[in-house]
Amino acid sequence: MKAVCWMGTEKMTVETVPDPTILILVTQLFALPALVFAVSDLHLYNGLMPTMEQGDIMGHEFMGEVVEIGAGVDREKLKVGDRVVVPFTIACGRCFFCQQQLWSCCDNSNPNYWIAEKMMGYSPSGLFGYTHMLGGYAGGQAQYARVPFADVGP
Amino acid sequence: MSEAARIHLRNAQGRRYRMEAAFRWSALITGGALALLGLSRRSRSGVAVAAAGGLLSYAGAKVGTRQRELIARSGIVLNCTPEKAYQFWNKFENLPLFMRHLESVTLMDQTRSRWIAIGPLGKRVTWDAEIAFDRKDDMIAWRSLPDSEIYVDGIVKFRNAPANRGTLITVVVIYQPPAGAIGNALSKLLGKDPSFMMRQDLRRLKALIETGEIPTVEGQSHGPRSGVAAAARVINPDDPIKGDYKLTEVLEARRRAS
Repeated sequence: MKAVCWMGTEKMTVETVPDPTILILVTQLFALPALVFAVSDLHLYNGLMPTMEQGDIMGHEFMGEVVEIGAGVDREKLKVGDRVVVPFTIACGRCFFCQQQLWSCCDNSNPNYWIAEKMMGYSPSGLFGYTHMLGGYAGGQAQYARVPFADVGP
Repeated sequence: MSEAARIHLRNAQGRRYRMEAAFRWSALITGGALALLGLSRRSRSGVAVAAAGGLLSYAGAKVGTRQRELIARSGIVLNCTPEKAYQFWNKFENLPLFMRHLESVTLMDQTRSRWIAIGPLGKRVTWDAEIAFDRKDDMIAWRSLPDSEIYVDGIVKFRNAPANRGTLITVVVIYQPPAGAIGNALSKLLGKDPSFMMRQDLRRLKALIETGEIPTVEGQSHGPRSGVAAAARVINPDDPIKGDYKLTEVLEARRRAS
């Protein structure tokens, strides 16, 4: 598939990369009919956010159509063919913060929590198409994207 | 001696090791400076000063070179009851699901188990452990059997977290690596900071218990990486296992956690 990749400060290119696959259970792939360019993408474009890496797929907030559903997704909430808007915060829906509906403070969705903890004292949730400090999840400026915990966010 | 008393004793040992390290470095630096100063004099007294400096460096280098213990301690709040956390941990076979350096733990009988860890370059370290004591829904302590090639003792406590926030789980694991290749491999595996490694393990445990899976970005697609970053990843000694979570393993983990 084609995806917009961050190749350095003020340098972004369209690259052909492998299609995403399901890496964890509660996961889906979306076909994207439209690209969305979030304002905070500009921070990344200008190189203002640390821990970006060359080759990261951009796309902070996106929408699309569900093409495949992982094994752990609640089928009543989401099915193939649904059109969804994906929030940029990734929330597990089961930790303390998610139960208080404080989705952006999710304890579990950022695998690189320790970088954020060192910088800010506490880690927020993982974010799509953002820095590795916030999980390094591949974003949505691509033909397909992988969405973890997809029965919570979209 | 109670398990808690042993841990306190080991803390005192840790302080002694740190004192030794401080002495070693001050001796090395002072000795080295004296030697340089003496040599730069190019006189007979200068040679004497250089020799004294050399002796001091040598004495410093010899202090505290014996194999030290590595202590990992960490804690985390889990959004579940102490009973659930206890039940999950009490099955030692579950530990490799979130402890990344462990390959497997197999039970040999009621109290004894065999642990296999993977070190750098896939080197395996095996040891046997027994449960030292076990209080239901409260704490578990285990220690390695006397004829193991490496000593690993650990204690985990499950407490009600304040304000009904779930379970506060605290873990202390003490590694006593032997001298030689296995010890070195293990020390490298645990990295500069064993407690940090433990904290990462506990974060994975938290995700696994709360959501039934461990989120990861390993193996996701990306554009061309820079050569420098790729090289830095390969040689990073703190993360020797370039693992990828297999779907079957995650399914198995989910089944056990539910």
